[in-house]
Amino acid sequence: MLTDNPTGNLPTLEDETEQIVMNMGPQHPSTHGVFRMILTLSGETIVKADLEMGYLHRGVEKQCEEGTFVHNVTATDRLDYLAAMSNNLAYSIASEQLAGVEVPERAWYIRTIVCELQRIASHCVAVGTFGADVGTMFTPLQYAFREREMILDMFNMICGARMTLNYVRPGGVSLDLPEEFMPACRYFVDIMPAKIDEYESLLTGNEIFTARTKGVGVLRRDRALDYAVSGPTLRGSGPAYDVRRDAPYGIYDRFDFNVITEEAGDCFSRYLVRVREMRESVKIVKQALDQLPDGPYFAPLSRNFRPAVGESFSRIESPKGELGFYMVSDGSIAPYRCKIRAPSFINLGPLREMLVGHKVADAVVILGSIDIVLGEVDR
Amino acid sequence: MSETEPSPGPTFETLVAQLRTAFPDRNFPTVDPGIPAIVVPIDSLVEVCRHLKSAPSLAFDYLASLTAIDYLDRIDLVYQLRSVTNRLDLTIRVEIDRDDAVAPSVTGIWRAADLQEREVYDLMGVRFTGHPDLRRILLYDEFDGHPLRKDWRLPAEPRTV
Repeated sequence: MLTDNPTGNLPTLEDETEQIVMNMGPQHPSTHGVFRMILTLSGETIVKADLEMGYLHRGVEKQCEEGTFVHNVTATDRLDYLAAMSNNLAYSIASEQLAGVEVPERAWYIRTIVCELQRIASHCVAVGTFGADVGTMFTPLQYAFREREMILDMFNMICGARMTLNYVRPGGVSLDLPEEFMPACRYFVDIMPAKIDEYESLLTGNEIFTARTKGVGVLRRDRALDYAVSGPTLRGSGPAYDVRRDAPYGIYDRFDFNVITEEAGDCFSRYLVRVREMRESVKIVKQALDQLPDGPYFAPLSRNFRPAVGESFSRIESPKGELGFYMVSDGSIAPYRCKIRAPSFINLGPLREMLVGHKVADAVVILGSIDIVLGEVDR
Repeated sequence: MSETEPSPGPTFETLVAQLRTAFPDRNFPTVDPGIPAIVVPIDSLVEVCRHLKSAPSLAFDYLASLTAIDYLDRIDLVYQLRSVTNRLDLTIRVEIDRDDAVAPSVTGIWRAADLQEREVYDLMGVRFTGHPDLRRILLYDEFDGHPLRKDWRLPAEPRTV
């Protein structure tokens, strides 16, 4: 009888006969792109995980050796395709170091505004799709995408594109801000904090959401540093490393903003960091709009400029983490080597460890909390 | 270019001096092609990295980036290290032979080297001895050659796998 010995008649762990290897991806609605996880399961629990990436590998680094410095900006759009402005910016800073150009102040203010708007847009996707991964279906997603639409409309105003922007170029930006941008941006920063409150009202206090994300996918502080994780994934585990604060580029040292950290290192912490970062970005955009000077938006730099022989490295805080470009020039119109330090790629390092011991359903949540973009992982 | 200066703290020269004091019998040259770096010979690499990580005043706990550059007469590995705790940055370069591109793995020192060394192996053809699982990461396993090398050419006919 089952009631005689509560565990004696039921199958126990010692009774199991095989572990199942289950494939997740590369075509899967929750892998955030073409990404494959090979999970070895004991029942529902993951005992071992292996990752397979490269389904979106297009050889961008090799392509960059063929195109001119300005051509390659279009290739950088397609790396982290949810944060094209940030990719463009990191690439442009590295190119400007090689060329020895000084970017005018107005260009830096415009760059800061668009990059922080881009951060908000990327985090809208991250938070919305994370909610969808957990199972809140599409409500937070739609709410977050409603504001993301406003940002993409502003980008459309500025450069004619929504996603592959090709806007931040070596030397400055490609076009000046049009007249209709300022009132639109001011309206946006006025309403956005209330909208972020809306997302939080759906998710942060939601019992089911917290039950599925708190304590799940814990990444310890020392492990996070050892794996060279960056961005919200790192700051959710404690270390307050933000490139905008630790190695300010452009004019970030002129703005008053907080670096958001959480201590727990679980999926919920990473979500909280992203939501709060959106608020900080709104603050930065507001300050930048107030301080925006007149002046040139582009430094004179020929389209086929040949920088001096040398090497440069740029790093910026992209929405995914520390994005860097290591560029080598041999004096010709194309870079000799263009290495992309991709935060999503490196942030996948601890994933195998984070998955072990969790259920299959948690695998989706943990992967979603790291917030990867396959364009950047695979290049 | 003031916006791209590394984080405040001890300068590159101070770090070089500290490293030279720690390894007095080895003279590490420095280069500056735009990024100042210490050139470490291949047989000292693991020892130097271990020291950089464990010395409390240094505590380079973060392997930010591992780059490989194919200069046609050699391949350079560029390690960009950070100390998040002490707010330091340091770049180390190692020169290795193109035809016999082997380097010791630093996965035992920083776990971040795992994926990054696999990428360098995959695209540049540098084998890292001591790496727990050195296999291709971005390209498919049967791929022929290492595309980021300067002498790699697209095959004339596309291969059907």
